[in-house]
This record gives sequence, structure tokens and C-alpha cells, in this order.
Amino acid sequence: MSAPLLHAADVRKTFVVRDESGRRDELVAADGVSFTLATGGSLALVGESGSGKTTIARIVAGLETPSGGTVELLGEARTGGRVSRAVRKRRARQVQMVFQDPYGSLDPRQTVAACVEEVLREHFDGDRCWRRERVASLLQQVGLEERHADQRPRRLSGGQRQRVAIARALAVEPRLLILDEAVSALDVSVQAQVINMLVELRRTTGVAFLFVSHDLGVVRQVTEDCLVMHRGRVVEAGPTADVLDHPADAYTQRLLSAIPRPGWQPRRRTAEVSDA
Amino acid sequence: MSALPLPPVAAFRGRGGRAVRSLAEDKLLLASGAVCVAIVALALLGPLLASGSPSRTSILEANLGSSSQHWLGTDALGRDIFTRLLYGARLSLAGPALIIAVSTVLGTGAAITAVWVGGRVERVLNRVLDVLFAFPALLFAILVVAILGTGLVAPVIALSIAYTPYMARVVRSVARRERSLPYIDACQLAGLSSWRICSRHILPNVFGVVRAQASIAFGAALIDLAAISFLGLGVSPPAAEWGLMVANGSTALLNGYPQECLAAGACIVVTVVAFNLLGERLAVRSEGRR
Ligand SMILES: Nc1ncnc2c1ncn2[C@@H]1O[C@H](COP(=O)(O)OP(=O)(O)OP(=O)(O)O)[C@@H](O)[C@H]1O
Ligand SMILES: [Mg+2]
Repeated sequence: MSAPLLHAADVRKTFVVRDESGRRDELVAADGVSFTLATGGSLALVGESGSGKTTIARIVAGLETPSGGTVELLGEARTGGRVSRAVRKRRARQVQMVFQDPYGSLDPRQTVAACVEEVLREHFDGDRCWRRERVASLLQQVGLEERHADQRPRRLSGGQRQRVAIARALAVEPRLLILDEAVSALDVSVQAQVINMLVELRRTTGVAFLFVSHDLGVVRQVTEDCLVMHRGRVVEAGPTADVLDHPADAYTQRLLSAIPRPGWQPRRRTAEVSDA
Repeated sequence: MSALPLPPVAAFRGRGGRAVRSLAEDKLLLASGAVCVAIVALALLGPLLASGSPSRTSILEANLGSSSQHWLGTDALGRDIFTRLLYGARLSLAGPALIIAVSTVLGTGAAITAVWVGGRVERVLNRVLDVLFAFPALLFAILVVAILGTGLVAPVIALSIAYTPYMARVVRSVARRERSLPYIDACQLAGLSSWRICSRHILPNVFGVVRAQASIAFGAALIDLAAISFLGLGVSPPAAEWGLMVANGSTALLNGYPQECLAAGACIVVTVVAFNLLGERLAVRSEGRR
């Protein structure tokens, strides 16, 4: 059997933090997190704020090194330290990430087209003409218009920026796309557009999703599997529909019983989808 | 399109990218910028505009007041002060320009390197910069003059080193903020080289601050160099240089002829104030853009 796309085993991450008096303290952001994501699959990472979702996502992306445990992409464990250009490029084509904050995700001095093109130039041999066409088709794929190509992020809305970030991530044709609250900052109508776009994207390109969200309604629309995190630990895992419809864990039940908390707004859409 | 809360930058720029406070509206920036450009232009073209020679002495014309022949009067040796100021501008500005060029490149490079590499490299670089920062620039320059001898070279070398941490400190804090933004993470994930990320993404985004800081530092370096000349440790007479002219004119000043001191001092003050104001305005603008 071939190796799964992504396999995390017993991942642990501690941050060294200092309190006001300057005393060292360890903060366990993730502990004993294990999961597997098949090629072309989609896994949700849900949990309240501070539960360690972003930490896990960043470890998978290779932006953070785990304090313990292993993360294997296509059967290959990550090693830290300096890497060659070839390794850098190979890794880039394995995993890309869209970040939580749409306002910091783009270089304010780069136009949309330049941002995507820079990535293309790094990874493909095509000439300028090819790149320009590819940029146009990527922007179209994420639902941006031609006129956006020459604009700088300053002029774009949060939703548009998030789309640019998705287009940039897709430019390298990664096997795995990590979406860290990629739609959480958007208002409902824009959010629905982006979600539809993502679902369509996965259907057509076969890219796998690691979908981080605290919005359970959105998770149901985008992912097949689901991992519920609480204080850095996985409290429940399984097919998204099962977990959301028949939560076994008390925390998941509480999460579902919709006490509105900051950043977690239960939406009516959840009900609509489950009715359908 | 969306009802997102706008970040400060959008509030500052207005929606649709229309600059709420355009360049044309920033009068102080324009005025100080114009003065700076004029000063540099005069320094470059000055010798063409001046009629006489800056070193033509005439005992009979010593310490004259202003007249149609000598606009700003003459010094104790009868040299035309206006001509000397024009000729002296080059030397007076070239020193600070060199100092700022070197310290900006070194300071920005060190700051971005420290922030990018992090870890022990950052700690060591920070420590070195802090130690250098604690060293009074002028004292350091005098020390180097004592070793290398008077002239322009020794103080320029010394002040270039002394101003490096001054540049680095400011750039470091902005670069650190930039480094923590997710677009830099995205660049790394895209497989871009460290060199490319630093030179094409971090550097352009800290450049506004670099420019502002360089402008302010220029004024400070000009004063330091003038002070060194005044102390007789810089360029030596009969060269025309503003700091030297202040020193030279101080005897005449005591004898009741303040024109050389005043004229050279005014040149220094106007230049320093103009570059300081320009720097301040540039700093405000680069801050407002985020
Ligand atoms: N670089 C860091 N240094 C110190 N502590 C950190 C760091 N990054 C994250 N943490 C801490 O680790 C914990 C988990 O953070 P994480 O960002 O993974 O949560 P999250 O589930 O993504 O939350 P949110 O929904 O708010 O994005 C938090 O308590 C956070 O304060
Ligand atoms: Mg997060």
C-alpha cells in the first residue's frame, strides 16, 4: 500500500513563554496529536480559539518544528535546518497554506499578478507569455476578475485577498492545501462564494485539504473527515457528518450546542445543509 | 463588497485606493523636500554660480560687511564668504552623504540579517549593535582621528561605524514586524530563497523607514562632522567647509565681525532642520501606510 499523503504521529508542541516577571514557563499548544490524510482527502481541524489548530497546521506546513512526534508527507519525514533549493521546491509542491489573516497574507508592494507570477517563475520553466496566461487562469479559477491582476492588496477586500492567497498557493500545484480559517474573516455571502469555489477546486484538481476552522457549518460543507481539538489534544475524530451529528465526546457536544463565543457564530446554514 | 472592518491603512488611504492625504497635501514634506533638493543642487552646481575664487585673499578687504560685491561680506583674510559657502557645500555635504550611505547599507543589512536568521546570530548582532550604540559617536570619531590622523577620512570612517547601529535599530524593529507577517511565511512555503525574500520582500517593505531614518541621520552626521571640523580634527584650512568656517570666523566674531560664523552656522542649521523635517514627515508617511 502506498503511503498516505499526510501522516502525523503523536505530535507535540510546547512554546516557551515568559510571564510579566520574566519567569520561563512552558505552554503546551499541542499534545499527542495523530491523524492521517489520504491523497485527495479533506480533513477538518475544529476547536475553540487557542485549541492548537494553527499550531498543528503550521507544523504540517513545516513553518514550525514539532517538539515531539513526527509528521510525514508522502512517507517522508521532515527534517529541520538548511535545505537545498531542490528540496525547498519539492516541499513547496507538496504543501501550501492559506493563512488566517487576509490582511497580512500578501506583500503590500506586489500586485496580484506579480505575486502569483513570482511563484510560477520559481517552479516552472515556461516563458513570460505562458506565465501570464497561467496567472490569468489561476485568478479566474479562484473567482477574481481580470482587472484585479494589476491591483495591489490595499485595494482588495478581505475576500479578494483570501482568493489571491489561494491562487498563489495553487500556483505550485500542491498535493495538500492547508486552509487556516480561510473563510472565517469573511462575511456570510462572500464566505459562501469562497466555499463553493473551494469545493469545486478539490473536485477538479484533486488537491487534499487540511481545513482549519471553528465554524462547524462550514466544516460540514467542505470536509469529509473531522478532528476535534481541545486544549491541544484531539478529543474526537471521524467522518465529519458522524462527529457533528452524533458527537461522542462531551466537549464536542458543548461545541455543537452552540454557546456563541467570540469568532464562533452558529449559522442557520448548518441546519439547512443537514436537512438536504 | 464586504462589510469587513477596514484595517488602519485602508482608513488612511480611503477605499478604492484614493489617497486621503496625498503627497500634494503634505505641505511640510514638500517644503522640506524642496529645501533639501535645493541645498544639494547648490552644492553640486555652486562653483558654477560663484563668480570669484573661494581662496582669493585680500588684506585690504578683510571683514567687510555685506555689499553688492560681497553679498555676505568677507572673512578675516578678505575671502568672499558667499563664494566660500557655495564651494564649501560640497565638502560639507559629501561627508555626511558618505557616512549615511555606508551606515545605511551596513545597518539595514545587519538588521535584516539578524531578524531573518534569528537565534544566536541575532543575539550576537544585537549585542554588538547595542555596544556600538552606547558609544558616543563624537568621542569615537575623535578617538579614530587620534589613530588615523586628521582629515576627512578618519571621521567619516568613525561616524559610518557609529551611525550603523542607529540605522540598524530602527530597521530591525520594522523588519521584525514584517518578518512576522504571514506573507513572509507564504514566500518561504513557496520555496523562494532567503536572499529573494529578504531583498525583494522585506527590504522594499522596510524601505520607507530606512529612507526616513537616513534623512534624519544625515542631519546628525552633518552636525557631528561640522563639530569635528570646528575642533580642528577634520579637514584643515584653507579648505572651505562650513564647520571649519564657523571655527575660522570665531576670532572675527569676538572682534565684532560675526558674518562668517553666522553665515556658515545658518547653512548648517537650515540643512539640518530641512533634513530632519523631511525625515520626520517620511517617517509619518511610512507609518501611515501600514
Ligand atoms: N509563537 C507562539 N509563542 C507562544 N505561544 C504560542 C505561539 N503560537 C501559539 N501559541 C499558543 O498556543 C496555543 C494554541 O494556539 P493556536 O494559534 O494554535 O490556536 P488556534 O486553535 O489556532 O486558535 P484560533 O482559533 O484563535 O486561531 C495558544 O494558547 C497560543 O497562545
Ligand atoms: Mg488559529
